[in-house]
Amino acid sequence: MRRAFLAILKRDLALAGRAGGGGELALVFFLTLVVLVPFALGPDLNLLSRIGPAILWLGALLSVLIGLDRLFQSDEEDGSLDLIRASALPLELAVLSKGLAHWLTTGLPLAVVSPLLGLLVALPGEGVLPLVATLLVGTPALSFIGAGGAALAASLRRGGLIVPVLVAPLTVPVLIFGVSAANAALGGTVPFLTPFLILCAISLMAIVVGTVAAAAALRSAD
Amino acid sequence: MVVCVGGSAVLRQETFPPTRLHAENLACRRGGRLIFEGLSFTLGQAEAIALTGRNGAGKSSLIAMLCGRLRPDGGAIRLEGGDEEAQLAEISHLVGHRDGLKTALTARENLAFAQDVLGDAAATPEEALAVVGLPHAAELPVGYLSAGQRRRVALARLLVSRRPYWLLDEPMSALDAASQLMLAGLMRDHLAQGGAILAATHGPLGLDGTREVRIGP
Repeated sequence: MRRAFLAILKRDLALAGRAGGGGELALVFFLTLVVLVPFALGPDLNLLSRIGPAILWLGALLSVLIGLDRLFQSDEEDGSLDLIRASALPLELAVLSKGLAHWLTTGLPLAVVSPLLGLLVALPGEGVLPLVATLLVGTPALSFIGAGGAALAASLRRGGLIVPVLVAPLTVPVLIFGVSAANAALGGTVPFLTPFLILCAISLMAIVVGTVAAAAALRSAD
Repeated sequence: MVVCVGGSAVLRQETFPPTRLHAENLACRRGGRLIFEGLSFTLGQAEAIALTGRNGAGKSSLIAMLCGRLRPDGGAIRLEGGDEEAQLAEISHLVGHRDGLKTALTARENLAFAQDVLGDAAATPEEALAVVGLPHAAELPVGYLSAGQRRRVALARLLVSRRPYWLLDEPMSALDAASQLMLAGLMRDHLAQGGAILAATHGPLGLDGTREVRIGP
């Protein structure tokens, strides 16, 4: 069973690395989004650094969402999902494996490059580490909430943007606590740890609920 | 027991534990329309069923039901004998229209993945590819292969992991004459080991003693 779990993880990581895998697409999209913001807002450094964490979080959120529709759809289209269904591995664990691979190839890289993009929005030095930390613990929630939506749309041939539209409202708590934790580190009345711990809790909850929900959606799919 | 497949590879195999599949009064409804109903058959060890019927009769839907992807709209699918908990999907191979291959991965990677996911490892991916006549394609991305070659890679999955039931949806499609003979040989060996085969087909399977189950008129 562990072998099947690792096989799915390994395969999805390999696929993300190959041509057309979409692993790097999220990163480029993140970069594009964050680069565009200063052009739209103008070169007001005070304004930029004040809303910097929000911009980076919004960018990360959208970057995770755009690739989500392919998470189960590609496996459904080519029949790989039938192969995974035929495994003795419970579907929940298969989803967990795929969600983990999704986070490793989108959420994690986004968190890693965020300090670099923080420069573009004049993020103050003391805000960089907290921002990375919030993205690290917050993006798994996005991947797994997204997995639930992606599983619902798995059998839709032209799902397209339906997954981001479905999933975005559910990610509001993640966004709120992610941004408020990142902002709290820059000063203010709330200590950093309060929203940060809530963000951790949301992530842990999303991993469990998202996994079970996605597996249920994949089971009932026609 | 040592079985020689196509003279090109020697695979170690023993017989499967006895099980029997019962399909009773199955009905299928797609998009509100009744496709078939009252379909019953049984499939046991060393038996092969050729599933026939006109286009759209519900052959693929029946196979989807057997592998657990569709719920029957009536009737039941039972598995007698063997592990009580086992679902048919967990002891059967499915080779269908959707070949279950990732085009970006090589043939060997695809088969190694199938082996890890399905369990019960039998032949190595290299051996299985040699049996289906594609030893040279092991390191090629599946996207570069032709339709017939892809079908052969998908069929090689039957060999990398040992499962008693083979559910095949139009297994002969896209295969050339030599490959059709090769597949018939694989199916004969599978039956000889006490395996069971259900194949949706329009043409002959090249097997003796195949029962025909016809869906619809």
